[in-house]
Amino acid sequence: MSEQKIKNMTLNFGPQHPAAHGVLRLVLEMDGEVIERADPHIGLLHRGTEKLIEYKTYIQATPYFDRLDYVAPMNQEHAYCLAIEKLMGIEVPKRAQYIRVLYAEMGRILNHLLNLTAFALDVGAMTPLLWGFEEREKLMEFYERASGARLHANYFRPGGVAADLPAGLLDDIKEWCDNYPKFVKDFDKLLTGNRIFKQRTVDIGIVSAEEAFDWGFTGPNLRASGIAWDLRKSQPYDSYEEFDFDIPVGKNGDCYDRYLVRFEEMNQSLSIMQQAIANMPDGPVIVENNKVAPPSRADMKRSMEALIHHFKLFTEGFHVPAGECYAAVEAPKGEFGVYLVSDGSNRPYRCKIRAPGFPHLQGIDFMSKGHMLADVVANIGSLDIVFGEIDR
Amino acid sequence: MSESLSENSVALTELKELVISHFAKDVIETAFRYGELTIVVKRDAITRILTFLRDDAGCMFKQLIDICGVDYPERNERFDVVYHLLSMKHNLRVRIKVRTDEETPVPTVVPVFSAANWFEREAWDMYGIFFADHPDPRRMLTDYGFEGHPLRKDFPLSGYVEVRYDDEQKRVVYEPVKLVQDFRNFDFESPWEGIQRVLPGDEKAEGNA
Repeated sequence: MSEQKIKNMTLNFGPQHPAAHGVLRLVLEMDGEVIERADPHIGLLHRGTEKLIEYKTYIQATPYFDRLDYVAPMNQEHAYCLAIEKLMGIEVPKRAQYIRVLYAEMGRILNHLLNLTAFALDVGAMTPLLWGFEEREKLMEFYERASGARLHANYFRPGGVAADLPAGLLDDIKEWCDNYPKFVKDFDKLLTGNRIFKQRTVDIGIVSAEEAFDWGFTGPNLRASGIAWDLRKSQPYDSYEEFDFDIPVGKNGDCYDRYLVRFEEMNQSLSIMQQAIANMPDGPVIVENNKVAPPSRADMKRSMEALIHHFKLFTEGFHVPAGECYAAVEAPKGEFGVYLVSDGSNRPYRCKIRAPGFPHLQGIDFMSKGHMLADVVANIGSLDIVFGEIDR
Repeated sequence: MSESLSENSVALTELKELVISHFAKDVIETAFRYGELTIVVKRDAITRILTFLRDDAGCMFKQLIDICGVDYPERNERFDVVYHLLSMKHNLRVRIKVRTDEETPVPTVVPVFSAANWFEREAWDMYGIFFADHPDPRRMLTDYGFEGHPLRKDFPLSGYVEVRYDDEQKRVVYEPVKLVQDFRNFDFESPWEGIQRVLPGDEKAEGNA
């Protein structure tokens, strides 16, 4: 037998690949079918959000946050609003806090529905995606009824939310909450115990707790490695301390555990939504300070002062006292943070967006080492990657 | 809420003293605002301080949340490099800052936190901050072959080049940016809420013009 020379192969995965979840270009160095190194090239969706925000007033910058992680838009706005409120010392009315919690949890379900079902599609299961999108569609209708837009909501504003919920919406959400467990049951039956699904995910891409810390993992990816850490519990913002929910934690830190953690998080989110509806307080939905929040339409027809306030708010915007702060929320993907530096003018001096997906994607290299090519797809799916927030 | 906030500030004050007692020479200044602790340290000490913060039993800042740059062009050392750390053990956050300019490298913290790798690449890409001994000093988010550092304050919002697909050459071509209309950057600032700075023309009223 003649001697054969074996050389490593470089494989280009993406940027246009159905399992790349957007525009990920992954350069894989392979020894046969085994991954030796995975080098993600990102930035194909880079839109310069942070630079653009520096040229917009504080209110004008809010919609950019919808376009980061476009799967769960309101959760991003939440962090930005919290940062502004922290700098300005604004106390948000109780009803606005509850509406925010309701919609943040809705965002979490939206996100997990997409992620889990697309993950299942990546490893070969077609049906869950179609089922999941039906529920997503219903939820996006609730988004639309509250904010006027299915995806890019621009609903959370500094000081509260843009508008009160229309009449009857809470009842409809409640009805959806009552019917949703049936979908979860079907979904569970279809996927959780599925032999093929388990073969593709169990013991794939194991992340130990130490590795998760070292690589800056947050959110479900951290909890799947056995760390019970959730900002909603440990550093509650808005009214999360008044809600009763559990933090699901994984054991092995593999792809299957990440799936299970997200699955249970959806159930917890549903329970939070139900609590928010049941205990929804009455009252204003945005601070009554017209230097921050626009006056009502009715006032503007009658009051000169209200008209001036409205005009100044939407041209000059409001001034935020000089200073810097970091505000973070438990977004569906992990810790989404906004580091806001203000120089006292009407525009942010610097707004650094800390996207959870950024460090997660960085971990794909150590997670994939020694795995087969097909397992890279499972790893990407289980990490919950969305390029809107990673490339910013 | 207020109770936990005061608890938080007590813990952060203790932390501040702990850091100062160990690194008295390296801490330049500290600030405590909005319930957040900021420590400005000397550039050369950053690796030691982050290692201490990560490993000391009173700190346990095991997670590097973020590294980012901030640009203050009017300063001598124009860049801030801001490190955000999170301690899950003590439920605390801390912000460490070092200062640097366009030429002076900051020691890399990749040996301390693996997650720093991409964050530092991003800071290099966006601001042109050098990180000494970085294992993989490539650009992160900008285009292949991109020139300049877009988040610097002196980099124009529209950039310098634009791309389009050229049908004759059958490829994407790079051209200098041509704006059909001038970039509109309005200065809306007015004395609505009494801005502290002097507006153009106001000096005449004082008789200084």
